[in-house]
Amino acid sequence: MLNEAKLIITDKKDPLEQIWQIGTDSLFGPKIIEVDALDRDFAEEVERRSHAGLRRCYFCRSCGNGCPFVTAMDVPPYAVMRMVHYGLREEALSTRTIWICVNCHTCASQCPMAIDIAAMMNTLCHMALEERVPVPTPDILKFHLEVVRSIERHGRTHKLGIMLRLKLLTGEWFKDVDVGLKMLSKRKLDLRPSRIRALKEIHRLFLPYWRVVKP
Amino acid sequence: MRDKDSLEFSYFPGCSVVTTSWESNQSLLHACRSLGLNLKELEDWNCCGSSSAFAIDPELGFNLSARNLSLAEPDRPLLVMCPRCLHHLRETHQILRQDKLMRRAQERRWKRPISPDLEIIHFLEAVVKLGPQTWKRDGLEGLKVMPYYGCTLFRPPALRRERYYQGEVENVLAALGAVPVVKALTNRCCGSFLSAVRPGLVTQMVNEIIQSAVTAGAECLVTVCAMCQLNLEIRCTLEQKLPIFHFSEILALALEAKDYESWFARHLVDPRPLLIERGLLR
Repeated sequence: MLNEAKLIITDKKDPLEQIWQIGTDSLFGPKIIEVDALDRDFAEEVERRSHAGLRRCYFCRSCGNGCPFVTAMDVPPYAVMRMVHYGLREEALSTRTIWICVNCHTCASQCPMAIDIAAMMNTLCHMALEERVPVPTPDILKFHLEVVRSIERHGRTHKLGIMLRLKLLTGEWFKDVDVGLKMLSKRKLDLRPSRIRALKEIHRLFLPYWRVVKP
Repeated sequence: MRDKDSLEFSYFPGCSVVTTSWESNQSLLHACRSLGLNLKELEDWNCCGSSSAFAIDPELGFNLSARNLSLAEPDRPLLVMCPRCLHHLRETHQILRQDKLMRRAQERRWKRPISPDLEIIHFLEAVVKLGPQTWKRDGLEGLKVMPYYGCTLFRPPALRRERYYQGEVENVLAALGAVPVVKALTNRCCGSFLSAVRPGLVTQMVNEIIQSAVTAGAECLVTVCAMCQLNLEIRCTLEQKLPIFHFSEILALALEAKDYESWFARHLVDPRPLLIERGLLR
């Protein structure tokens, strides 16, 4: 860490020497990192919350090679890892990558150091929300929120409800209508949600404990 | 085959299986009856948290999974139908097993005990335990099937010491008289929830998977996940679409189930022409 940090500190008059590349040139272009602005505790914080084992990463980039979604990401998973290592807090929390990741664990199964990269991504999503970093993929966030609201309401997910509310939110009523109708005609979208009986037990998870205390 | 008691299971179907893929649930129940597995649905189970709860609030996901564990009877294994639910339940259970204080906190929260020794297994694992290699049936008439695992075999590193089921779907299919076709994208993720928000991206991935199956000479695909099945069916835009079966459907079919007509009618890619052509369906 310290040696690398020294690499970044260069004479500011020479722009070429200020350049530090997180990944490869062709993917990300040059990037200037201000050493003073780094959050030195970021990696420690992410590790404590995710238990991902990210200290073990030696940047072999296997995760990026295997990831089936890398084309939809702005930076590959290993670049997020690097940002976390360096303490580039805002950069890491505002990537699309953390939201595109579907937790398929392809990366983790290829990682020679058995790092739980998906757990790191989930932790970063959670932190991004906590810190109100603008989410670059609002559609994905809306989807997650609707699924969680469905769980809050029914204890289980209700696909039709989630899709209709998403359409209401995004206004894209005609996107994917053919697929939706096909699924309806095959009775793959139940009109009524499957509900659990002890909904109170679920509702309690969504409130601070003192809200449900009865004196 | 083990003693009789070990064939009693608590059963966790998961949200997709009870709604979207009702047919896999029916076929599973049928297959289990034929195989002598006694399933008892977990009383009042809830969603495991799915990807969404774990992405925006991992603690919420953990609590949701823990509630399910608190409902399970300690003396019978918990059989899970969905691979993703399986990961969430197993990972949560592993944390609760290793951390006594956390387990006690969850037990107090739900006012129910959580057994640290609870066994959580996937339907596929239960079938493998029965020793399908010895079945020697030829019910599937040499149907060329690509086993599609998707991300089923990939797991969070915390679970890497669990058993690994690479190749088991092939073994079962071969024992049932099918010809497994494996030189294709059997382990490529289906796109999961991105299918709902980024259909274009998922279409491209699904087409690659199905095309690889077509190229390898497969006539249909078999998956162990209801979500994979749905994504592969709804997002394929190729001219030559292949029918997608849930593992339980193909198993129940080979074990001579009766009510398959109603399952196959619910498929978005109708498998009936293929099955009729092969004499598997009248």
